[in-house]
Amino acid sequence: MSKLIGLTGDEAIAYAVKQCNVDVVAAYPITPQTIIVEAFSEYVHNGEVKTEFICVESEHSALSACIGASLTGARVFTATSSQGLALMHEMLYIASGLRCPIVMGVVNRALSAPINIHGDHSDMMGSRDCGWIQIYAENVQEAYDWTIQAFRIAEDKKALLPVSVNIDGFILSHALEGVKTLDDKAVDSFVSTRKAEITLDPAKPITVGALCLTDYYFEMKRQQVEAIKESKGVISSVNEAYEQISGRKYGIIDTFGIGDAEVAILCLGSTAGTTKYVADSMRKKGFKVGVIKPWIYRPFPAEEIVKATENLKALIVLDRACSFGAPYNPLCSDVISALYQAERELKVINVVYGLGGRDIAPSDIRGLFEEGLEVSKTGKVNEPVKFVGVRE
Amino acid sequence: MGEEKKPGWKTVPIGGILLEPGSATKYKTGDWRAFRPVIDTNKCVNCLICWIYCPDGAIKRLEKHVTVDLDYCKGCGICANECPVKAITMIEEKR
Ligand code: SF4
Ligand code: SF4
Repeated sequence: MSKLIGLTGDEAIAYAVKQCNVDVVAAYPITPQTIIVEAFSEYVHNGEVKTEFICVESEHSALSACIGASLTGARVFTATSSQGLALMHEMLYIASGLRCPIVMGVVNRALSAPINIHGDHSDMMGSRDCGWIQIYAENVQEAYDWTIQAFRIAEDKKALLPVSVNIDGFILSHALEGVKTLDDKAVDSFVSTRKAEITLDPAKPITVGALCLTDYYFEMKRQQVEAIKESKGVISSVNEAYEQISGRKYGIIDTFGIGDAEVAILCLGSTAGTTKYVADSMRKKGFKVGVIKPWIYRPFPAEEIVKATENLKALIVLDRACSFGAPYNPLCSDVISALYQAERELKVINVVYGLGGRDIAPSDIRGLFEEGLEVSKTGKVNEPVKFVGVRE
Repeated sequence: MGEEKKPGWKTVPIGGILLEPGSATKYKTGDWRAFRPVIDTNKCVNCLICWIYCPDGAIKRLEKHVTVDLDYCKGCGICANECPVKAITMIEEKR
């Protein structure tokens, strides 16, 4: 039977991993991801899982161990945050390049300097082109649900790519929520055990990580481009299968009030919750506002976003990371590229918010919706890139 | 090498994995060489020191002396340096 359990975001991820028949976990603790590693090592200590837990001396080693294990055909999980993800940077590309279906919980946290332990998206955005499928959860329930789905997405032979499940540091990682967990058996039959086509087998020797120069490297990258594009279909079919066992519907993007909205806010992760709350209260007063929340950031949901903006007159894109020196910040750059490619003319405002974990209040969001409504009337964007919540 | 048609991204195994063992033998590296080792078979005492030292496994053992597999020898000169009886001379390749 499914049980309602009080779990923090970190605990929910650890709990999901416990149910997923994971063969190997290699991880290094870092705030605010630490609880994932702590909770999971407790499961190992108590004999609740058969997982081999590898204690490593750094995140670089953690992901290296995961890559090695994954290549033998094992199901593998790791987790990190911020500087830890940055230290993995080299191995992130190796994991995707060697097509290792590793699942990683990324508890988003600001990058130094100055040193800060709170939530923003600069860590994952700094690695956005690493070839991983990137999922952003809005709340603890979603963190649990996506972690389970991530194993099936990663290991599908049409994808065979690593997946990161992102949750906002502290806002989700340390927030206690009632999580509707699934029965162990239901998860077990959903994820089964990994069935790798190529494994490390002395009877069938293979070479992994061989030198690949001008004559083949380009072909390998072209394959990765195709695999991550194809993974969108894999994600959708995993979502459908998951709905069967959980009754919860997931997709590439989530929308709220988009049918008749003239103005929408597009954002990732936990901020979407606050934004939906504000949109809901404004809609009750007759304002035509909505919310677009990409669940999947890579592969980028270009078609889905273009479709969701069909009736909009203005779109506000919230970025919780900076792309220093770029015309727009990471999420907005992608949104604008998608709109341009679809020859869609739409007024867009890019808003940078919440760096280093600074709160964004419902009143800030209401102010942004009001500004969007103004733009939809005048058709004029005065400031294409703005900063909300920073002191002048 | 340039002549053969190589497989494209749709057919080549993913992730750069080589499914067949020992395929490195198909990759001839001899044309990287600037100097070629030439063995004076009269001087060679067949001690096999060069055979141990060669980083490319390019020294081949014969009955009475050794020889060099020029398909793989990269011309590093280690063999010539290590040979105790100075039986190996490095000659510049001229093409
Ligand atoms: S020159 Fe170098 S590569 Fe060639 S046979 Fe001697 S040791 Fe081996
Ligand atoms: S080291 Fe010199 S003497 Fe010994 S086998 Fe090689 S060539 Fe012959």
